[in-house]
Amino acid sequence: MSSASTAAALAEPQPRLRGRAAVQQHIGKRMSGAEIFLRALEAEDARVVFGHPGGAVIHVYDEMARVKPNFKHVLVRHEQGGTHAAEGYAKATGEVGTVLVTSGPGATNTVTGIADAFMDSVPIVVFTGQVPLPLIGNDAFQETDTLGVTRSITKHNYLVRAPEDIPRIVHEAYHLARTGRPGPVVVDLPKDVLMSEGVFGYDEAIRMRGYSVPHECDEMRLRRAVRMIEAAQRPLLYVGGGAINANACEALTELARHLNVPVTTSLHGLGAFPENDPLSLGMLGMHGTWWANQAVQHADLIIAVGARFDDRVTGMVDRWAPHAAIIHIEIDKSCISKNIYADLAFNADAKAVLEALRPLVRARKVKRWHNKIQGWRDECPLSYADDGELRPQFVLERLRAKSGGDAVVVTDVGQNQMWAAQYMKYTQPRSHITSGGLGTMGFSLPAALGAGLGLRAYGIDKTVISINGDGGFMMNAQELAVAAAHGVPLKVVIMNNNFLGMVRQWQELFHENRFSHTDLTDTNPDFVQLARASRCAAFRAERTDQVDGVIEKAWAVNDRPAVMEFRVVKEEMVFPMVPAGKSSDEMITSKHAPETFV
Amino acid sequence: MNEEAITLTPQQLIRKRAAGEPVEAGAAPDIEQHIINVLLENSMGALIRVVNMFSARGFNLDSVTVGVTEDPTVSRLCIVTRGSVRVISQILRQLNRLVDTIEVDDLTGTDFVERELCIIKVRCRGEKRADVLQVNEIFRGRVVDVTPDILALEIVGPTKKVDAFVNLMKPHGIDEVARSGRVAMQRAPQPEDGGSD
Ligand SMILES: Cc1ncc(C[n+]2csc(CCOP(=O)(O)OP(=O)(O)O)c2C)c(N)n1
Ligand SMILES: [Mg+2]
Repeated sequence: MSSASTAAALAEPQPRLRGRAAVQQHIGKRMSGAEIFLRALEAEDARVVFGHPGGAVIHVYDEMARVKPNFKHVLVRHEQGGTHAAEGYAKATGEVGTVLVTSGPGATNTVTGIADAFMDSVPIVVFTGQVPLPLIGNDAFQETDTLGVTRSITKHNYLVRAPEDIPRIVHEAYHLARTGRPGPVVVDLPKDVLMSEGVFGYDEAIRMRGYSVPHECDEMRLRRAVRMIEAAQRPLLYVGGGAINANACEALTELARHLNVPVTTSLHGLGAFPENDPLSLGMLGMHGTWWANQAVQHADLIIAVGARFDDRVTGMVDRWAPHAAIIHIEIDKSCISKNIYADLAFNADAKAVLEALRPLVRARKVKRWHNKIQGWRDECPLSYADDGELRPQFVLERLRAKSGGDAVVVTDVGQNQMWAAQYMKYTQPRSHITSGGLGTMGFSLPAALGAGLGLRAYGIDKTVISINGDGGFMMNAQELAVAAAHGVPLKVVIMNNNFLGMVRQWQELFHENRFSHTDLTDTNPDFVQLARASRCAAFRAERTDQVDGVIEKAWAVNDRPAVMEFRVVKEEMVFPMVPAGKSSDEMITSKHAPETFV
Repeated sequence: MNEEAITLTPQQLIRKRAAGEPVEAGAAPDIEQHIINVLLENSMGALIRVVNMFSARGFNLDSVTVGVTEDPTVSRLCIVTRGSVRVISQILRQLNRLVDTIEVDDLTGTDFVERELCIIKVRCRGEKRADVLQVNEIFRGRVVDVTPDILALEIVGPTKKVDAFVNLMKPHGIDEVARSGRVAMQRAPQPEDGGSD
């Protein structure tokens, strides 16, 4: 791929093979460990590899130039960016993301992205170079105990000891990353293993006696669930990212409509249920809607689907949903009854459970419950001042109007993230990508790059919008040049409030306006110049009447990223809000503000 | 802010009871000791992953013993830990979640045999020595080393017995103690008709 003008022209929807069929012609041949590795990636149908070379993996890169494997290698400019790009690829496509880096600093640079993928159940496999086996433990040049460092942030990790083991380990790594509760897997590849020769073999079967995907969805449980649902007066579906991972969104939407049960989602659940459906209550939790949180506090039954009752959702657990019995459908058993006791649990695939439930359960008339929720909606709608100042919520509404809900929105962390969650209105699964569990600033840009390349690799024509704060944008701004180099037409939004806005908000609310080290006014770069220097188109809006013009211009660019800087007011705060550690009853909204937050 | 004055809903009571938490405000949950057997892939990495999980998640680890089983690719871990009902169930689930664990069994509350081995050096000479040897006899210990000043004794038994023995030796002056940590195994189920007795 050299140069091309539009995303459509860049799409490569060529038929591709997976598994044994993809590598048939190499089986039984002698080759270097490095080539075995490349063939093993072909067998997994890794379409894009986000990588950065270095001494320990130089042979892999050498073989890449020689044998030209059938994946696209994307040279990221920081390994952290590579891991987030792989996450974006995985979240946008539902396939496993791939990262390849060198030992030592290459490996340590991936740690944040691995931890992020671990918290957010994102399937990625990270291949790290390692010093030769005989040197391990000697403090050799660029040696890091990668297995030790990544142990508690991976689903599993491997050290490869012989070239013949590579195909099996790679196959297991992708299987682990993809199945059950998805997550990151690290494979450490010592240089001598990559250099030495072996015979390439490939076995489709997975033999891991300690690993299986649970399926606790029996008659008894289903019958109990039916009884609980049919008895409920104030039922509520609480949906997390697990529903999207399980491809359960259709089944979910069908069940919710069939039962006439309102649906609220966590940050990661956004898009699992269409937000333009009257049953949608939007997001719950710390910055969720007033009515979603009120519904939780008054519900008598909560059906949690692929959600883990994170503290940003529950606030103070002891006071959360005090009247609700809980049915928890969750693939990871360790999430069941961890924070909130589940009266009934299905440790199983969400899609299978929802589909099994649907024909068994009858719709309930819960008109009074819907009326009650409508009351909360009317009482306290999402709102912001309409005083002619440029506010981020307005920008997001204009972006939503332009994209019509068809775009993939990748957000960063901070206020911009919460506003994007509240105002963009998601209607499709995989249309909202964010760093929720770890809350990693600098996530959006590289993840959007990965999403864009992933969609292209699967021939899906969708606009990717990257939403950033001025602080977070700087944390991985180097990847802008990579997006430009690959002609990825990202729409990059910088919500420039010249502040580490979310921290500023806490400082104003809880720390008596001491804005300690959060004011970026004098230190932010000129974002338009920065973007142009990175070979991107760039535009700026400072007033509300410039917003649509800037958006139009950005959408007209289709051969490289278009960066839009919006100079928004810095004092704007994200409301409603449940202060950290408080209960969902103690929400601050424009109407319900307790006198004190300490 | 006084939140404890709020009365609990029936649902909150169910949750508290299920988690083994006391219903009265301010009271601490019961902490229980549990013995958990784990069959594990026999590799260095697997063992470290288990131990690491305990430290990463802030679980208690009173003792761990490891040894290979009849199958050389499998090792058996015996873990002694403590926690509330909620914590213990988390520990079991987190253990199960590790890719290398083949089987996880909480032996607590089941019928199992448990042993610990202890080697203890006691400082004693003259007639005191007779006292020590007598206690040793009662506990069916073995003398494994003797010098004019010191007796080294080996004792095997349930941890309680070992504890009792060590306590009895304290007044004599303990020089050193080495304990193996517990190993445990579930008893085979008795035949229905009562069997031998
Ligand atoms: C890597 C990292 N460092 C620090 C934080 C803590 N943090 C959370 S939000 C935030 C402010 C983000 O500022 P900005 O990117 O400008 O976004 P805004 O809130 O202004 O929209 C900070 C510092 C974090 N989440 N991630
Ligand atoms: Mg900012």
